[in-house]
Amino acid sequence: MVFDMRDREQALLVLSDGTAYRGLSMGAGGEFFGEVCFNTSMAGYQEILTDPSYAGQMVNMTYPLIGNYGVNPGDFESDRVYMGGFIVRESSRIRSNWRSSADLGGFLEKHRVVGLEGIDTRALTRHIRDRGAMEGGISSLDLDPESLLDKVERAPGLVGVDLVREVTISEPYVWEENLAAEPEFEVVAFDFGIKRNILRLLNAHGCRVTVMPASATAAEVLERDPDGVFLANGPGDPAAVTYAIQAIRELLGRKPVFGICLGHQLLGLALGGRTYKLKFGHRGANQPVMNGDTGRVEITAQNHGFAVDTESLEGCAFGNVERTHWNLNDETSEGIRCAEAGAFSVQYHPEACPGPHDSRYLFGLFIELMKEWRR
Amino acid sequence: MPRRNDIETILIIGSGPIIIGQACEFDYSGTQACKVLKEDGFRVVLVNSNPATIMTDPEFADRTYIEPITPEWVAKIIERERPQALLPTLGGQTGLNVSVALAEDGTLDRFGVELIGARHEVIIKAEDRNLFKEAMRNIGLDLPESDFAYSLAEAKVIAERMGFPLVIRPSFTLGGGGGGLVYNMKEFLEVARHGLDLSPITEILVEKSVKGWKEYELEVMRDKKDNVVIVCPIENFDPMGVHTGDSITVAPAQTLTDMEYQMLRDASIDIMREIGVETGGSNIQFAIEPDTGHMVVIEMNPRVSRSSALASKATGFPIAKIAAKLAVGYTLDEIPNDITRETPACFEPTIDYCVVKVPRWAFEKFPGADEVLGTRMKSVGEVMSIGRTFKEAVQKAVRSLEIDRYSLRDLDEAPADELPGLLEIASHDRLFKVYSALQQGLGIDEIYELTGIDPWFTDNLLQIAEMQELLEGRDLAGVPDDLLREAKRYGFSDIELARIFGATEAQVRSHRLGRGIRAVFKSVDTCAAEFEAYTPYYYSTYEDEDEVRDTDREKVMILGSGPNRIGQGIEFDYCCVHAAFACKEMGYETIMVNCNPETVSTDYDTSDRLYFEPLTFEDVMNIVEREKPMGLIVTLGGQTPLKLAIPLEEAGVRILGTPPSAIDRAEDRELFGNMLKKLEITHPTDGTATSVEGALAAGRRIGYPVLVRPSYVLGGRAMEIVYSDEMMEKYIKSAVKASHEHPVLIDKFLEDAKEIDVDAICDGNRVFIGAIMEHVEEAGIHSGDSACVIPPPFLGEEVKATVSSYTERLALELGVVGLINVQYAVKDEKVYVLEVNPRASRTVPFVSKSIGVPLAKMATRVMLGQTLDELGLHEERFSRLKHISVKEAVLPFVRFQGADTVLGPEMKSTGEVMGIDDYSPGTDTGFGMAMVKAQIASYNFFPTSGTAFVSAPDRKKAEAVNIARRLADEGFKLLATEGTAASIREMGIPVEVVCKVGEGSPDIVDHIRDGEVDLVINVPEGRGSRGSGYSIRTAATMSGVPCITTIELSDMVLMGITALKKSGLKVKSIQEFHSEIAVPVERGQSGG
Repeated sequence: MVFDMRDREQALLVLSDGTAYRGLSMGAGGEFFGEVCFNTSMAGYQEILTDPSYAGQMVNMTYPLIGNYGVNPGDFESDRVYMGGFIVRESSRIRSNWRSSADLGGFLEKHRVVGLEGIDTRALTRHIRDRGAMEGGISSLDLDPESLLDKVERAPGLVGVDLVREVTISEPYVWEENLAAEPEFEVVAFDFGIKRNILRLLNAHGCRVTVMPASATAAEVLERDPDGVFLANGPGDPAAVTYAIQAIRELLGRKPVFGICLGHQLLGLALGGRTYKLKFGHRGANQPVMNGDTGRVEITAQNHGFAVDTESLEGCAFGNVERTHWNLNDETSEGIRCAEAGAFSVQYHPEACPGPHDSRYLFGLFIELMKEWRR
Repeated sequence: MPRRNDIETILIIGSGPIIIGQACEFDYSGTQACKVLKEDGFRVVLVNSNPATIMTDPEFADRTYIEPITPEWVAKIIERERPQALLPTLGGQTGLNVSVALAEDGTLDRFGVELIGARHEVIIKAEDRNLFKEAMRNIGLDLPESDFAYSLAEAKVIAERMGFPLVIRPSFTLGGGGGGLVYNMKEFLEVARHGLDLSPITEILVEKSVKGWKEYELEVMRDKKDNVVIVCPIENFDPMGVHTGDSITVAPAQTLTDMEYQMLRDASIDIMREIGVETGGSNIQFAIEPDTGHMVVIEMNPRVSRSSALASKATGFPIAKIAAKLAVGYTLDEIPNDITRETPACFEPTIDYCVVKVPRWAFEKFPGADEVLGTRMKSVGEVMSIGRTFKEAVQKAVRSLEIDRYSLRDLDEAPADELPGLLEIASHDRLFKVYSALQQGLGIDEIYELTGIDPWFTDNLLQIAEMQELLEGRDLAGVPDDLLREAKRYGFSDIELARIFGATEAQVRSHRLGRGIRAVFKSVDTCAAEFEAYTPYYYSTYEDEDEVRDTDREKVMILGSGPNRIGQGIEFDYCCVHAAFACKEMGYETIMVNCNPETVSTDYDTSDRLYFEPLTFEDVMNIVEREKPMGLIVTLGGQTPLKLAIPLEEAGVRILGTPPSAIDRAEDRELFGNMLKKLEITHPTDGTATSVEGALAAGRRIGYPVLVRPSYVLGGRAMEIVYSDEMMEKYIKSAVKASHEHPVLIDKFLEDAKEIDVDAICDGNRVFIGAIMEHVEEAGIHSGDSACVIPPPFLGEEVKATVSSYTERLALELGVVGLINVQYAVKDEKVYVLEVNPRASRTVPFVSKSIGVPLAKMATRVMLGQTLDELGLHEERFSRLKHISVKEAVLPFVRFQGADTVLGPEMKSTGEVMGIDDYSPGTDTGFGMAMVKAQIASYNFFPTSGTAFVSAPDRKKAEAVNIARRLADEGFKLLATEGTAASIREMGIPVEVVCKVGEGSPDIVDHIRDGEVDLVINVPEGRGSRGSGYSIRTAATMSGVPCITTIELSDMVLMGITALKKSGLKVKSIQEFHSEIAVPVERGQSGG
């Protein structure tokens, strides 16, 4: 007898405005509440799933066919999955790739990700685009929209919540497995939810990386006398990570600083600027960013729901803050530099994974900056 | 970096006639380029020999030359127009090759013309396989192991060293022309010899085969500032070994991880930089070894291509338009994205649906041709479909093909034990064989071993098969709603569901609509809904949300012509595009429905709304119900929409213009016969038959020879001239399945008659004759394959008057409102009606270009209620022209080794060209020149001197001798086999005797192969026989020697040779020709 889709367990997604989407359960059964966002990358679901920046969120993939190539040992961006829910139009029942070692469904189940399949994912995307990012609940246990909505309303939102605490480490560790030769630089990285490819690329550029908990103080960092400090990506509202902002402020001008994503927002805040929540964020692998220094456009990978208000950085106490990069779609901040403080950062993901490799030069710039500061 | 102001005039080269490997995608790209450059204030000069293109409409360029696309002719145009720049990247391989030739022969330097879009060195570096290989090595990319050969001996040494299988790729040929995959030395030597011949630089690449590897294509754009974007990754369903034009392809890539995709992306960007494509788009092909992920570069095209047209339609990103802007200095970030308006074109489209392209082949037209798919493209058209899943998209694609399939079920089910053998060979129906194998229990892994098709695709096909199994055995009343909905989500057609449930299509439709199972429409928006889309470009699917925006304007819906095939090609798309323009001008909101990604009609700019959908009753009705148009136009897209006219009308849809019943009246023998009787119009004696006995009886009654064909066909499908009972019996038994529903039509065949075509518009009260076209070839050769001439040079006034009068009577009697095409035969000054088609014909664009009246646009206005008077179409213009136009067909025989090249009643040409020159009636000069232009444009490079071979059957001997005399007068050396030679010698003309085929060595075929013959005139003996003429014609085709098979054409070509010798090359723009027409069209009325 042929397997009948209709025999599968159902699952329900309810948004905080009451909109409900009924589909099939996949991955782990159960319930999850968090912010619903969408990602427009056509490939790279494994990297997205294992990106710690998605803590507290559920991701709706706009590309409808997900799981086609399974899960591959080399494509993890962290040890586990941080997002709580995963929504796709169709999850492939077969995996086809020479590197593949497991299938998506089993992987989601293992990592306790509540999955939803078969809904009109484009309708959901349009809804979020038009109404803005919102909280939602996904459940395979409670299929009553009203009751699920009730639970959604009681769940905490993202704004003002410090999600970094949930994803960071408790003890420092050293990453050197991708070093090709003796390291030239010692870098301390704040782990706000760091993606592995950042570590790989720092190693590839000759940096030994000491990864420290997000709560590390400036004194703890300086004690190690690194050549440079890296501010990692991570989840949630940057303004809630007050301790890190404090630490960064104290490091500015004393060590070269390079930040990515949440690291960019935290640098902005440390420089005295403000951040704000975007209507629905940028999540995908096709965002055009203008590099003000070269006049050229980089196609970038992005994953952020908050942005730096560049204007708020005018008259910064640490020195002039330049807007080095901006998004061509909506003109939002994509990169800043405070030369006096020896700090720069980008909102997007030059380490990609998933996404284009156009912006890898930024790691080179970090190296140059550290060299300069040595002199 | 903004617009270049140092350029004023830009020359654009089109791709010429539609041939296999180069179809209307280049009209799409060229039209976009012309439009965007003109809008930006550049003076655009265009050359394209193909009159059926939108780009050659006079308003798309400042000067339009419908002239041959060869270096000599284009040089003439350059000399006359003095452009500062030449944009070579939009006219396919033809445009590129001619541009390179003009650069190399110094023409461009001499006239100070700059190549923009792709510089000469760039083209050479990308196209020359030696330089390309070197370039790839520089940037650390692998290619399959390969080596170059410049002679057969060299090639043999390489083959011995590398071992088989090997791929042979001739340099600078189109669509893999002359190349192929070979498994042994015998095949190798044959293909290598042919490849060396075809390559303009006598160079072939011998390459280790990567057959079975995964195949990918990336469409890449780069601007002056070195911004590079990838428009779309495409994955081939058929692995390496099948030409990408013959492969089913899927967008985006399905089975690549991000890491692997980025590897292709990085490589593509490196290649763009290394090759140096500064501005514009390129297509780069890769192969990946399935077990290791090892990547090799296959090739790059530094120009827009078939794949770029597909990628544009698949994503909504208009590659050609943007390539044109980049070529004149803009950078990607300066160009807005039309669809989102707010965001720039400098980004990478992301899509949230699956796109499937399936080629359409025409092997049924070429009996004897090798049907195995390989590295040489053989398909004549393609369809694209969009669905939310691969399953939905592939099923939509199948029903878009119009091959009487509405599901993946294999119609002629092969026995299980034969399947493995069938699967191993790439063929035009392998998709269906795979499905059949899955149904019969063959495993995905086994199928992978046999075909190399990625298991992901096969598993999706298996899911469809499983769904079919779940549905089988149920009936409409018993099928649960959720299962039915899931089946629709899998892409099952109503027709297939009706078969499964034992119901009618109408019952399935009404049942599911009653259950709320209806299609919704989603947008193609380049961005997966991240931004709002302003361009209404839609596809159907079975989801929750519908995105169609409602408006209160009155809407007209135009049904397009579907995939290109022999008999229905770009001409019909041209007409549909004109309909869209006319409706727009009249203030209607226009809706286009089509599934052919190569076309201008499926450019989102052409109509107000575009639905990329199959042209079936189900899919069209879904749109009708959603959009509620005031009416549908079905008479401009060929048979495709016409077939739907009656079912749509019965479903309550308003058909604009000619009522569908008129179509029936013209097609149905009895009704048609009665009408002709009533109108006192003569036609050849005819009959119909539904059985062998009936056919034999009819044949004897009418008297052989007779013309036989199935009813309701286009392009003369399965049409034959039958000379005897024996042939009749064979025809009925093998060629067609006669039935009561579809009888066989039998007509008296008028031997040695002249054939005439007429295109006219009728508004219900009056008829405007567009043109009477006189065919060059005698009746019996399909009008689509025949050369024809406007004005008719050799028709008497009386015949013309009769033809006009018959046409008027027929149009009025049928109640035609719109276009009508009538075909006549003239024998002994008596006019016979052969066929009446109350719809647009293939010649509409040719006539429009010739007389300077856009017939399809005018016809559309008439369909929407305007009168001919209101349109200023009073008296005919065609007989008062000061120029003469010749249309010539372009044949694909070189692609189909084994097929006979002789012409007959079944159409075989893929495209057409036009030759045009100044003319005053009664003189030969203009006519000869127009004819020779048409011949050169269709790549029949008739020599003006050299050696000519002449052979003709006895009944044509006298005429053949006359031709021989004129050839001798022009200085040709003559060759003939004994019979013909004797007749020629009798007239005192010197001639050399050569051996007949198989009657000694060297025979005529050897002479042709050895390049000792420059022109072949071979009039075949009788129909249906594959005598010695067959091998002569085949040898000529394969050796690129021009070959004429009729006395008529020989005669006119000779006139042309004389004219060319006398007056040299002369070029003139279509705008100039039109301005000299005595009766100008009232501009305001015509809308240009």
